[in-house]
Amino acid sequence: MFRFLIRRAIGALVILLIISAITFVLFYVAPRDPARVACGKVCTPETLALVKRNLGIADPLPVQYWHWLQAVFVGRDYSSFGNCPAPCLGYSFHNREPVLGTILDRFPTTLSLSLGSAVVFVIFGVGTGMLAAVKQGKMLDKVASSASLIGSSMQIYIVGVVAMYYLADQWHILSRPKEVPFTESPSGWFTGLLLPWLVLALIFTANYTRMARSQLVETLSEDYVRTARAKGLSRRTVFFRFAWRGAMGPIVTIFGLDLGVLFGGAIITEKTFGLHGIGALSVKAVGDNDLPLLLGVVLVAAGAIVVFNIIVDAVYALIDPRVRLA
Amino acid sequence: MSSKDPLLDVSGLTKHFPIKGGFPIRRTVGAVQAVDGLDFTVAEGESLGLVGESGCGKSTTGRLITRLLEPTAGTISYRGQDITHATRKELAPVRSEIQMIFQDPYASLNPRQTVGKIITAPMEINDINPVGGREARVRELLETVGLNPEHYNRFPHEFSGGQRQRIGVARALALEPKLIVADEPVSALDVSIQAQVVNLLQKLQKELGIAFLFIAHDLAIVRHFSQRVAVMYLGKIVEIADREDLYGNPRHPYTRALLSAVPEATADDTPARERIRLVGDVPSPVNPPSGCRFRTRCWKATDKCASEAPPLVRVEGSREGHLTACHYPEDTQTVPAVPKARDASSGPKLDKTTEDPKAGA
Amino acid sequence: MSTPFLSVRDLRVHFSTEDGMVKAVDGLSFDIEKGKTLGIVGESGSGKSVTNLTILGLHHPDHTEIEGEILLDGQDLLAASERELERLRGNKMAMIFQDSLASLSPYHTIGRQIGETYRKHTGASKREARARAVEMLTKVGIPQPDLRVDDYPHQFSGGMRQRAMIAMALVCDPELLIADEPTTALDVTVQAQIMDLLKDLQQETGTSIIFITHDLGVIADIADDVLVMYGGRCVERGTKKEVLRAPQHPYTWGLLGSMPSLEGPVDVPLSPIPGSPPSLLNPPTGCRFHPRCTFTEQVGGKRCATDQPPLELTAGRGAACHLTAEQRAEFFTDFAGTRPN
Repeated sequence: MFRFLIRRAIGALVILLIISAITFVLFYVAPRDPARVACGKVCTPETLALVKRNLGIADPLPVQYWHWLQAVFVGRDYSSFGNCPAPCLGYSFHNREPVLGTILDRFPTTLSLSLGSAVVFVIFGVGTGMLAAVKQGKMLDKVASSASLIGSSMQIYIVGVVAMYYLADQWHILSRPKEVPFTESPSGWFTGLLLPWLVLALIFTANYTRMARSQLVETLSEDYVRTARAKGLSRRTVFFRFAWRGAMGPIVTIFGLDLGVLFGGAIITEKTFGLHGIGALSVKAVGDNDLPLLLGVVLVAAGAIVVFNIIVDAVYALIDPRVRLA
Repeated sequence: MSSKDPLLDVSGLTKHFPIKGGFPIRRTVGAVQAVDGLDFTVAEGESLGLVGESGCGKSTTGRLITRLLEPTAGTISYRGQDITHATRKELAPVRSEIQMIFQDPYASLNPRQTVGKIITAPMEINDINPVGGREARVRELLETVGLNPEHYNRFPHEFSGGQRQRIGVARALALEPKLIVADEPVSALDVSIQAQVVNLLQKLQKELGIAFLFIAHDLAIVRHFSQRVAVMYLGKIVEIADREDLYGNPRHPYTRALLSAVPEATADDTPARERIRLVGDVPSPVNPPSGCRFRTRCWKATDKCASEAPPLVRVEGSREGHLTACHYPEDTQTVPAVPKARDASSGPKLDKTTEDPKAGA
Repeated sequence: MSTPFLSVRDLRVHFSTEDGMVKAVDGLSFDIEKGKTLGIVGESGSGKSVTNLTILGLHHPDHTEIEGEILLDGQDLLAASERELERLRGNKMAMIFQDSLASLSPYHTIGRQIGETYRKHTGASKREARARAVEMLTKVGIPQPDLRVDDYPHQFSGGMRQRAMIAMALVCDPELLIADEPTTALDVTVQAQIMDLLKDLQQETGTSIIFITHDLGVIADIADDVLVMYGGRCVERGTKKEVLRAPQHPYTWGLLGSMPSLEGPVDVPLSPIPGSPPSLLNPPTGCRFHPRCTFTEQVGGKRCATDQPPLELTAGRGAACHLTAEQRAEFFTDFAGTRPN
């Protein structure tokens, strides 16, 4: 296991380096020049050069990338901001705030949103899928299957707005989304995020229902499930100890990847509910042509996916003893 | 047979599959010694049976000969031409003469193609245009293998398992091969269907003069189908002989044990052969036993067996062409070459006098 | 001799599929006495496996219609509740399957899977169950049982897995063991080991065994009585000696004629049964074997295609065929003369 983690960590580092390099290149391929934007309306070639130097984009691309890497790994001294210790993601072009600090500020919102909705969609999605698998071909199965189809074709920006209008504004069942830190008021945190959780969970739930159902339908017809029944174990024991155990692997895999994606920011959900997470931040970074911030959020998003990939593989090995990590 | 040059000549054939591992850099840390130094020949029109238990390397051997796998060492000659490492281009003329039939009649046919298309494909690939056209040839082939030529446009799923195996045979025949490597061609089929396919293959061997490398685990079917038989154990041939000698006078302890384990459909209380029960399992081919690979399960093994690998040679008391790799071969006397006579009431076998198969040889 | 331990009467198992009703078993009756082995022979689609899953009550209840009677030690299994069946399964009756790799859970250790059955039926503690698992592994001849008990099935060889499966089936000393092609996937030397093991264990425990196979050679080795199934029906019954020495049904002759032997002359073609096994969606009328039978002419009046031949048993011996006893004797002698061995 240890060897596996070491090897995968090295691999993850390589992937993140490649992704940051690609982001760097893509940023400069784009037609907009951040220096020209920052330079303002009256922009002489001299001021433009000065702005470029100030932003640190006067150097050739490889040198810039090298400086960025140095900042990440050993820190960097900026003439205008002073020393920035590692891991340093630089300073925003736009508001001169340290990128790392901005991201850390925004992360709790993303974390709360992701984990909360994950709890909802896993419980509802997998639960419904289990029921549908047990009642295969019966009414409940058909209702669950159709409902999941409808759910998966929903769009957050419609459902979210409609839900906000009726559930919060008209009927006052739920409160309007707001960001209350968990440390300040757990109940405020909970009620503030309940609506986004439910709406975000809605589209994921359907996936989990379908996957849990199809996985279980498959494992329930496995020979070892039949053997377990032939041993005299009850249907319930056989279902949870054998069939569900076999169905878990693929579900855990998709769950890990979904969480990774969510940790990189739920752009549409955050925008719809006016939340300030990583998703909203990344939209802002693109809009502002803010290279350091963009690199920062890309790194977080990619890192989340890579890390969850490793976690998924490790968990898979725990579930299925046939998978050996080496 | 021996007067002619063999059709297929295999010498020192070896296949090791590397095992990757190690830390932090993955490298080859060992090898599965699937096939380790095989020598044998197949004469024109002859059927050589290759028997052994699962994991003995018999299927790998078949795949090496049809060049589906690249040998690690050794040579394969076809009609005197070395094809061991021949390139695709060099192999092209030979490839049409060596064909393969697979075990699984479900997996080895493309479900989206019609039977006609499946059988035509080898002719298209090799750009062969038989007189009268390809379609006529396919219909002729379907008839040869006992299928209705009208079924030209049907899909594989419309056929039963036995019929699908016939389609596989027809495809192999499309290029008029001289050698067919048949890898467990009947073991996935029902008993009554097995016999149909075995009879078909036997007819092809006799009428078309096709040589067979017949790979199977069923000793009775191999005896029925093959004139010569090689027994494999853990990647090596332990005994090879004409079938009369191999079945009537097995000299390797493993061959004897294998034969004694085959259940026979007779109602006699005393079995025809003395029962030998091997203990344990076949060892891992990653780390095979030193010396004789069978020694860990052999009741005769001594220190010599652990230190010296016995060569595959003619041992004293064996006839010409009967080779055994054993330091302590079985006596010829212990196993009756002729099946024991049983009393006349004991079943269908004895309604007909059983003759010594060697009498005519 | 005594009252049978298991008695199956006129069993019919039909299940509905998307393509229609499959008549998997159609009027099957047989008995097994205590401590005896019944061999059931048949090819794919003969209904042999369905019969045995039905005995254990492992069919899918929604899509299956069952008629007839299955009495285990006097108890009607078809009338038993799911709870009662759970108490019997693994305890009084147990089953071993063909594919040991697929049939054992890949997620649990061998020891846990054996112990689980024991705990379920005896209420033993985890520690006791583990000790019992080691004891059972010793009994079925697994080397170093106290270490191997913690292995997973994929760490065992095929033969060892089948031994572990036998250990699991026998952990509660069942009185009936159903073995569904337990040796088909194994090599001959391992098959011989497993058959010897089953015979030894039967001697020791007096378990009745139903042994399902397609191989008459295996039947010859292990069975006391034989039941030949074709198309969901029994076509021939008798003791092993009766069926193997003087088979009465053309299908049994066909099976024997299809099997080459290790003795006797070679280079004689086998005499296979023409055609393929029937579809049970649309089974042939009359005798289900008649489309593949070479003797229908001799019966005359097309009776084979219209009338189902009854299975008339005298002292447990008989065959379901329209041929007269004299005709059978004559044809069998002819057949035996042309057999390849």
